[in-house]
Parts: sequence; C-alpha cells; structure tokens
Amino acid sequence: MRPSVRMLLATAAMFTALPAAADDSDPIKIGLLEDQSGEIAITTLPKVRGTQLAVEEINAAGGIAGRQLELIAYDPQFDNAKFQEFTRRLIDSDEIDVLFAGATSASREAVRPIIDRTDIPYFYTNQYEGGVCDGNMIGTGGLPEQQFSTLIPWMMEKYGKRVYTIAADYNFGQISAEWTRKLVEDNGGEIVGEEMIPLGVSQFGQTIQNIQQAKPDWLMTLVVGNSQASFYEQAPAAGLKIPMGSSITIGLGFEHKRFKPPAMENMHVAMNWFEEVSSPEADAFKERWRAKFPEETYINDMGQNAYAAVYLYKKLVEMADGSTELADLREQIATGQACIDAPEGQICIDPKSQHVSHRMWQVSVDAEHNVTVERSWDKVEPYWLGEVGCDLTQYDPKDQYTPSYLPEPQ
Amino acid sequence: MLQTISYLYQVADVFAFLVLAAAGLAIIFGMMGIINMAHGEFIAVGAYVTTYSYQAGAPLIVGMLLGAVVAGLFGVVIERTIVRRFYHRPIDSLVATWGISLMMTQGALLLFGSGAPGVGTPFGSVAFAGGSFSVYRLVLVVVAVLMLAGLYLVFMKTRFGVHARATMQNAAMARSLGVPVDRIYAATFGLGAALAGLAGGLYAPTMTLSPMIGSSFVIEAFVTVVAGGADVLVGTPPAAIALAVIKATATAFWGQVYGVMGLLVAVCLVVRILPEGFTGWMTRRRA
Repeated sequence: MRPSVRMLLATAAMFTALPAAADDSDPIKIGLLEDQSGEIAITTLPKVRGTQLAVEEINAAGGIAGRQLELIAYDPQFDNAKFQEFTRRLIDSDEIDVLFAGATSASREAVRPIIDRTDIPYFYTNQYEGGVCDGNMIGTGGLPEQQFSTLIPWMMEKYGKRVYTIAADYNFGQISAEWTRKLVEDNGGEIVGEEMIPLGVSQFGQTIQNIQQAKPDWLMTLVVGNSQASFYEQAPAAGLKIPMGSSITIGLGFEHKRFKPPAMENMHVAMNWFEEVSSPEADAFKERWRAKFPEETYINDMGQNAYAAVYLYKKLVEMADGSTELADLREQIATGQACIDAPEGQICIDPKSQHVSHRMWQVSVDAEHNVTVERSWDKVEPYWLGEVGCDLTQYDPKDQYTPSYLPEPQ
Repeated sequence: MLQTISYLYQVADVFAFLVLAAAGLAIIFGMMGIINMAHGEFIAVGAYVTTYSYQAGAPLIVGMLLGAVVAGLFGVVIERTIVRRFYHRPIDSLVATWGISLMMTQGALLLFGSGAPGVGTPFGSVAFAGGSFSVYRLVLVVVAVLMLAGLYLVFMKTRFGVHARATMQNAAMARSLGVPVDRIYAATFGLGAALAGLAGGLYAPTMTLSPMIGSSFVIEAFVTVVAGGADVLVGTPPAAIALAVIKATATAFWGQVYGVMGLLVAVCLVVRILPEGFTGWMTRRRA
C-alpha cells in the first residue's frame, strides 16, 4: 500500500508536535529518587510519601501556576550506581523539570555531577554534613550550624568535655565527625576516641569495649542504616549506659519507636522536626498525613522535609511567574524572599548558600522513650557557607566545603 | 586484667558470630557444593519467625526453635523444587539461589514492611574486672560450641550422618548401596537452612529487624566457609578461631574498618596458602 498524502501529513504533524512539549498546559514533571528498599528504606520511605502527599494536595488545589504536577519516581535501592542511572533516565527520557533525590550524602554526590551538567534545579531534602555550594542544588535539610552548633556546647556543659564519636564510614560520617571534633575543641573539650564504622556492620562488641575503656563523658553517635542501628540494642545490653548526642536519631531514625525501651535513654538530638512537636500547622499536617497513610509508624524529619520542599518549589515557580527555568528560580532565590510556612514553621532560602533556615528543636529521650523538648529556636540561619565565602549570587563553584577545606577567596 | 578479659571476651564473641553465621552455609556450600546466595534470607526467616512469635506472646526460646524449624522446612521445599536441579552445576546454583534471595528480600519488604519493633536483649549485663559485658552474648558463645558438638554427633554417630557423608562423597555409590539419596539431599539442605534460621533467631534480639538483616551475616559466613574448606567439622572451628583472633585484634587496635579489612585480607591469604582451607590442612596433617 502506498502511503497517502494525508497519512504522511499526519505523521509529519505527529513528529513536529513532539518537541514542542513544553506547553503551558502540560504538567510539570517532578523526578523523585528515594530508596524504597535496602539498608535505609525504613527511614527514607516517608520521603516518598511526603512528596506524594504534597503533590496530591497541590494538584487538588489547582497545581502550580495553573499546571498540574506529574510525579515520576524510581527506587534506587540504596545503590549509588542506580542513583546515577535513574538520574540520567529522568533527564533524558522522562524530561523532568525538577529533581528531588537522595538521602545519603554518598547518593547526593553521585547525583550532583550529572544534574550539574544540566539546567535542572535539584532539591536535596535531607539533613547532612553541610558545605555544598552548588547553583543547581537547593538544600532543605538541617545543617551542622543548625544541629551541631546548638547541641554540642549544651552537651559539653551538661555532661562534660570528654567526647567519643562513632560514625558511619563515608562522607556524611567522616565530615560530621570533623564538625564534632572542631566544635568540641573550640569549646575547650577533648575527643577521647573516634571510630569509623563501615556501612553494613552490625556487631559492636569491640566498639562498646573501646568506649568503656576511653571513659568519655558522652557519646556522639552518627551511625547509619539498619545494621549499624544495632548499636543501640547492643550497647545497653553490654552495660554501656552513657549520655548520647546525634544529628540523625529520633527525629530521623525514630529509634525510640523501633527499639525496646530503655535502649535510647539519655539520647539528645537537635533537629527541625519531630513528630512529637505540636503547633497548629504541625498538627494539621500530621492529621493530613495519617489520613492518607494511616499505617505510618512515625512521620520523620525526612518526610516533613520532602513535603515542604515541594511547596518551596511551588513558591519559587510562582514567584518566577510560572517559569521552571533554573536561572529564573535562582533570580527569585537571590531576592531572599523565598519563604514558606512549612509544618515545622516558617523556612526561607538563604541566597548565598541556597540552603534553608529552620525552626529548631532540641529534644531528649527518657527511659520510657518519651521525648521532651529541652530548647527550641524560632529561626536558625544556614550561615556557615556564607561566612566562609560561598556566595552563589556571585559565583558557582559546584563544590563541597568542610572546616578543613574552605573556599578560595574570590 | 580488664584488657585480657575483655580481649578474650571479644574473641569469643566474634568466634560465636562466625560459627553461628557460617554453620548452615558450611553444610550447604562446603558439603553439598551449592553456592547458596540465599543464606542470608534463611537467616532472615529465623529472625522474622522469632521476632513475630515473641511479639505474639511465645517465650523467646520457643520462638528461636520455631525459627529454626520454619527455616529448615522452607529449606526442604526450596531444595525439592529448585536446588535439586543444580547439583554439580555450582555456577548455575549461584544464579538460582541469588534469584531466590532477591525475591525473598523484596517479598519480606512488601509483606512485613521495612522494619518491626525490637525484641530486646535478655539477661542484662555483668560487671567484671572494671568492665561490663552482655550476659546474652556469653550464652551465644556456649550455644556456638554446643552446636559444633551437636553437628559432630549428628555426622559421626548417627545413621543419617553416615548416609549424608556417603551421599556427598559419591552419590551413585551410595544409591547403589541402598541409601535414599534424594531424601538425604533434602534433609541435609534442610539442616543447613535450619542452622541458618537458628542463627537469625539467636541474633534477632541484638539487632534491628529488616528484610536485609541476613546481609550482615553473609560476608562473615562466606569468609569463614572459604577459609574453613569443605568440612564443617574439621574446617569451620579452626577457621572461626583464627578469623576471630584476627578480627578482634584489628578492631581493638584500629577500629571496625580494620577489623573488616583484616578479615578479608586473612581469607585472601588462607586461599593463597591453603587452597582447600583449613580442611585440607587438617586432613593432610592427619594423613
């Protein structure tokens, strides 16, 4: 059969129609990569649900600048190679407008070089060791100046100046241990021991003995994943009962709901969200969450951050009159006016570092695993990167800095 | 004083972990030649059954035995349906059991979710010579030694043990002498799976339950079996002792990173110097 002219025309029209996809009425495509299985899934699944909840709410209320949101999510299975593979797929075949990805710092560093070659904004919604100065990235989780600078001096005053650190042996643990060392020494204390734990290690007999022999006043725990969380069961079983501080337990890992009391007794954490926190916005958010996901064990910090990040993106696009271009969004960030009312309270993007200010709480856990708020702050700025010389409104190094690796003066 | 006691305690603790983690694999991989990538999932079956029966009100020890029994029965089913097609095809057995492992991990994630409330470690701790030690972990050391003794009795003193050893050595000859070879294969595989399930049950109270719980046993189990060689009775105990000394020493001096590295370097050396592991070395000395 010879193709008729009509068919040829129709085919041609079909092909020419495809590239012009970025119509105003087309949905905004959101790429989401969070571990739905693997070593840390218990803490990262709430990120998926938080994003789903926000997308559903925004779509029901008419979308962003009249456009609906389309969520495209894959499960990278705690595998950094899969994070890279899926990032490429989201960019190349799914043609996403914005990316939300990664819990561990290892996965973020796997994603960043790929997304940095594009003009796609990337929201990293986890608390982390801080220091990423990258124009593509907007960091919406807690930072050392929000979590460590608040908690560590308080712990030293209350429990003493001899500190022992155990940390997961990858960039998050290494750099967080460096922050702990710096803050302890700046406050006239001493690190009496520091042990890095490879991911997947579940037996802590010797580590517990090492801690007992070093006789610290308190312990900084920065262990990551299901296997390493076994430390909280094994330490009290071996008679190690010691005050502990952390940037990732309770609010993030909800160990107080997973372990039999009193495993988490005397744990202290500073974070921008705990499910136990109560305010009109927080309570309404928890109610909406539990209506959609009644089985949730604990609405953790990761879930709240993931939820708030979608609204932060909505705010930026609306400020940019509906544009989803990275340059337009960054122009809006530079105004310093990009603020939203998140469940935790008001949060704003800092123009220099593109990280977020937070409402902060410091809590402690008792023998029955009740959580008590010790102190709270209405707003803690993400000030460190700006102070040491990262200014994304002027220059975009796409690098990560630490106390021992500072930006070169521009 | 504390240093010495604490060091011996740590060596015993690592020894118990290696023996309990490896015993099931030593039978299935060492004796039967099936590279069982689902070993960690058999361990997980034991851990899940133990935890959920404890949550349902059963005494912990009953839960652990139930865990071993369920894992063993599960092993028999897997052997009859899948594994029996792969004897003398070790590489294919690797792929088949890996598939089983993936399905079980994802299945557990879908069925039970990503975690469950913990059981809590029984017995508390004992203070001694200025340090304190978990009593339960000392119990685990005793259980590990009893398990090795029990395996010795089963394989050396029972009819099943003689049949099993005969079957693994020469199945055709055993069959012609009237040994029910198929049933022996199934029972031996089931025994290996049950020991894995028991390990999962024993360690469940000290760890975080998740579909991946088995994965933190698997490296240690394979390392011990490779270093030990084919014979669970002759090879596994000396391998576990040697590796426990190396791991405990490296961890005590330089921390967990070097403990893990020490274990892997040690097994590389063993494979290089003793290709048949401690089994080959021990049997050559005996000969």
